Amino acid sequence: MSSVETAILPGGIVSRPGSTADYKTGTWRVKRPVVDLNKCTGCLICWIYCPEPAILKREDGKIEFDYEHCKGCGICSEECPPKAISMVEE
Amino acid sequence: MSLLQPKMLRPMSTSEAIAYAVKQANVDVIAAYPITPQTIIVERLSEYVNNGELDAEYVAVESEHSAMSACVAASLTGARVFTSTASQGLALMHEVLYVASSLRCPIVMAIANRALSAPINIHCDHSDVMGSRDAGWVHIFVENGQQAYDRVFQAFRLAEDEDVLLPVGINLDGFFLSHAVEGIATISDSKAATFLPPRKAKYYVDSSMPMTFGAFALPDWYFEIKHQVAIAMEKVPKKLEEVEKLYYQMTGRIYGHVGAYKTEDAEVGLVCAGSAAGTAKYAVSRLREKGIKAGLLSIRLFRPFPVESILPHVKDMRALVVMDRAMSPGAPSAPIGQDIKTMLYDAGLRRNIPVVNFVYGLGGRDISAAEFEEIVTKVAKDVKARRRIQRGTIYWGLRS
Repeated sequence: MSSVETAILPGGIVSRPGSTADYKTGTWRVKRPVVDLNKCTGCLICWIYCPEPAILKREDGKIEFDYEHCKGCGICSEECPPKAISMVEE
Repeated sequence: MSLLQPKMLRPMSTSEAIAYAVKQANVDVIAAYPITPQTIIVERLSEYVNNGELDAEYVAVESEHSAMSACVAASLTGARVFTSTASQGLALMHEVLYVASSLRCPIVMAIANRALSAPINIHCDHSDVMGSRDAGWVHIFVENGQQAYDRVFQAFRLAEDEDVLLPVGINLDGFFLSHAVEGIATISDSKAATFLPPRKAKYYVDSSMPMTFGAFALPDWYFEIKHQVAIAMEKVPKKLEEVEKLYYQMTGRIYGHVGAYKTEDAEVGLVCAGSAAGTAKYAVSRLREKGIKAGLLSIRLFRPFPVESILPHVKDMRALVVMDRAMSPGAPSAPIGQDIKTMLYDAGLRRNIPVVNFVYGLGGRDISAAEFEEIVTKVAKDVKARRRIQRGTIYWGLRS
């Protein structure tokens, strides 16, 4: 058997839970979200809406992004009440 | 002397024989929706479960799409799973058939082959299975009730082999076989249990050791995961041979990948699948009496197509008559014709063995031994006169 054959279990079963985090989807991004911390109120609406989750909570209650997983969908920017997140070309 | 004692034969229709074998195979889950001409198979099974004769979960679903979906889920828990369908039912299952093979679910399904609508029709042809032939299932054709009964045990053993792990379809001609009664030599429950011990799945859904089944796969891995099905298919012919040897030791019955009759010195080979093989066999004997060197090859293992088992029989023949009970509109040949021609091309025999491809018997139209004789006699005459054999697809038995 080739190394490829032994690398995958029958039917592509994934035997280790939580391994999706290893799959870096940040390369899909066309635009990246950038937060203006002066405007961010720490309401965490973006954190609730982010489908990934690629919004990380900072110690000061505001947010930052996990750019390794953020696909650049822009939902956070759309939903942010004070319009603190802008989408910037990569 | 046959190992079969006449007193041990039980009169059963092919449908009843299949249901009886499934009961003896001690399946864990049956999820099925009744459809003519398969209905009797699942009716008998529901009776077995209801009467406490079979300790299985019978899931009465609302459609064949749900039936196959339930079968996939049950199979992933490590259960032994059976279902049955036909025609529109198989068509409705179509998308889930691919899930079953790609998730490597060793489900066994009896398909009582029936024509597809429209016009709506309940009788036999092979359009249903031919429409699903690329779904990654192993497909076996049976010629009679005895083969159907025996193949159930063999199918589970083959499907559940860790090197195979593919679903298996047992194709029986609707009505011609499903409703025909014959004497079936059965095996004892204890022999069945020895031949087919409970399934031992290596990977299965279990909350104590969570795994992901049916994960998303992108262009980076999808191809490799799909390729696994092709690799498993390649192992089937040899595995089925091993399974059949064991079954032979127990019963004295063996069928092989192809059923060959008088092929040793045959000049014209007749190729078909399903119940027509019996009629064709009779036609070949009659042709032999008339001095025409005809031979018969019945395709018993259809997927994977058993090229290595067919070639030795046909390599010295001078023409092949391939009978398809399904059409492939617009294609250069009908389904079995396509496989036979590809086989000959790859073997470097395309110039030596011309192929005449006939589409016959759609919607249950009968074909007689006399018709097989007429077809082969004409081809044999052309061969003898060194005339060019007619190529292309011929629709046989249409009203003129």
